[in-house]
Amino acid sequence: MPVITYREALNQALREEMQRDDRVFLMGEEVAVYQGAYKVSKGLLQEFGEQRVVDTPITELGFAGVGVGAAMVGLRPVIEFMTWNFALLAIDQVVNAAAKMLYMTGGQFNMPMVFRGPNGAALQLAAQHSQAWESWLAHIPGLKVVVPGTPYDAKGLLKAAIRDDNPVCFLEGEMLYNTKGEVPDEEYVIPIGKADLKREGDHVTLITHGKMVLVALQAADQLAKDGIRCDVLDLRTVRPMDVDAIAESVRKTNRAVVVEEGWELCGVGAQVVDYVQRTCFDHLDAPVLRVHQADVPMPYAKNLEKAAKPDVPKTIAAVRQVLYLDR
Amino acid sequence: MTTTKSTRRRGAAATAPAESAATPAASTAPAPSPADRRALHRELLYSMLLQRRFEERTAEMYAIGRIGGFCHLYIGQEAVSTGIISQLRPDDYIITTYRDHGQALARGMAPNALMAELFGRIDGCVRGKGGSMHLFDKALGFLGGHGIVGGHIPIAAGVGFAIKYRGGDQVIVCFMGEAAVNNGAFHEALNMAGLWKLPCLFVIENNRYGMGTAVERASAINDIYKRGASYDMPREMVDGQDVFAVRDAAGRAIARARTESMPTLLEIRTYRFMGHSMSDAVSGTYRTKEELESYLKRDPIALLKSRMEEDGDLTEADWTTMDDEIKAIVQGSIDFAENSPEPPIEALFEDVLVDTTSD
Ligand SMILES: Cc1ncc(C[n+]2csc(CCOP(=O)(O)OP(=O)(O)O)c2C)c(N)n1
Ligand SMILES: [Mg+2]
Repeated sequence: MPVITYREALNQALREEMQRDDRVFLMGEEVAVYQGAYKVSKGLLQEFGEQRVVDTPITELGFAGVGVGAAMVGLRPVIEFMTWNFALLAIDQVVNAAAKMLYMTGGQFNMPMVFRGPNGAALQLAAQHSQAWESWLAHIPGLKVVVPGTPYDAKGLLKAAIRDDNPVCFLEGEMLYNTKGEVPDEEYVIPIGKADLKREGDHVTLITHGKMVLVALQAADQLAKDGIRCDVLDLRTVRPMDVDAIAESVRKTNRAVVVEEGWELCGVGAQVVDYVQRTCFDHLDAPVLRVHQADVPMPYAKNLEKAAKPDVPKTIAAVRQVLYLDR
Repeated sequence: MTTTKSTRRRGAAATAPAESAATPAASTAPAPSPADRRALHRELLYSMLLQRRFEERTAEMYAIGRIGGFCHLYIGQEAVSTGIISQLRPDDYIITTYRDHGQALARGMAPNALMAELFGRIDGCVRGKGGSMHLFDKALGFLGGHGIVGGHIPIAAGVGFAIKYRGGDQVIVCFMGEAAVNNGAFHEALNMAGLWKLPCLFVIENNRYGMGTAVERASAINDIYKRGASYDMPREMVDGQDVFAVRDAAGRAIARARTESMPTLLEIRTYRFMGHSMSDAVSGTYRTKEELESYLKRDPIALLKSRMEEDGDLTEADWTTMDDEIKAIVQGSIDFAENSPEPPIEALFEDVLVDTTSD
């Protein structure tokens, strides 16, 4: 199977879906001439022309709204945010327009559109450029929120997101773009809302998504050296959330750690813990623990940033704690 | 706006000068004595050269990993920061974007504190919390260092509001790139500033590009200063490679803000000699090498230097002395930053909230 980067996987998904359906267009800052701020849209301008690959001014609220309008009357926009930090300027269109349109119009106007871009922290980008928004977005009924962690999932899920007749927020990762993985030549689409068991074990379940999938897998590898076997469950989508997959794994291992990039309070992990206590109460052998960013804006200094971020050692420590190996 | 506390400008006629696309030939102030002129021009040169040399070394430090994250150099635009800021009083305010090293230095931020911040060290101007994009210094009235395009423009209007509210005669200068004017925040802020006559000077540094997008590919009109008309705001286009032109325009605008509480929009045409940030090539996808080279011929520092030489205000020896002095200061800032400790881990949880109230 070919091994490609996460970036190339997204590029393939965009290209294939644009070939398949000429209502699909890509719009955002630097997507065309510059070939994408992170080169995700490389070559698309050349293949599809400037009507379908559209550079915008720095006008997030404006072009997100252009996407909503175009979707109302039958196009299928893919709106790229250079990063999700800048989507805050557009959040009115995402939340007040796209998410509610179907409901508010009594089912007349669905929103077949995708909002996508890198989410979360990269390296030393400081407070305004290092934020993971999935828990915010997941809070909103009327949206789907997809957070792929591997090239395979990124491609299959982006294709599904573009074909979905609902608004989908698709959260990538700057630090993921260069990561590599197997992606088949044959076409495939991954259904939105299905988790994926990335590693099988029977001692503890690591529940995670997005960039933290790689962290959880590395932690699981290291723990395996001590004979600790982890289920690594990649949610892939945080809204809707695959509660059945969570319950199935936790009922098997009886212990769970949730790993996410964002902050603790009202985070995705808080929701997972709620499901677990409701559906697996009698199966739990230890309180569920969470690994997440420190409860502070992201600092610039290298040592502080490292201390703030969830990582492999913090994940291992949490796993050992739920196994009562350490206290 | 109605404010009960305003003690100045009452009844001041809102004399909005005509729109001007060219910089008027000379200011109306009496000509300074040759000695004063020489001193002033040397100050301007010193300010610009400090920015240049500091950032040349910044690029080096970035390349060897001492500096991380996003880092946007100002090289080529130094006449803008120096020209504007040299007209300010110490109690005035400045707010700017992530491309903030030049303005911070022009305002008098210590090179040591700036370099230590870029290194992410405890002696940095914000204790290593912000890095390149988030320089702040309360004592200098330097209100940042903001990373979200357009986000700081309404904040400038807020500072203007507070100045007027308190009845002061300070001014806030808001620097921004030309691409920021397409953002909603720009229009909202300028409308309020125009409506409420806030003492704001909005300085658009038109360096032709917002990242890889040329101004004519992003803005419905290319003469950006004309946008001031929408807010009934005095406006001018200025040659940003000529520090005197910038200074003159700034002087007019600042006087208007101080005495009449009238905001101004200046479009200053300049060019960035480096890539958008350290991860962007200097030329290639969006601008040609030829274009870059043609702009390099109007290096603001070289222009000032030759003007001073013509005036007999600068010898080659003067230049070398100044340059050596500045290089030593910059080297000193690197040594200082190298020796400054990383912030202690406890600092991670400091400064999220204060625990005081106005009780
Ligand atoms: C709201 C927002 N969108 C996108 C970005 C990413 N970005 C950073 S700088 C920049 C270009 C800004 O250009 P301009 O305003 O002309 O300033 P210059 O960089 O040329 O100084 C972009 C798109 C951002 N920081 N904020
Ligand atoms: Mg610009």
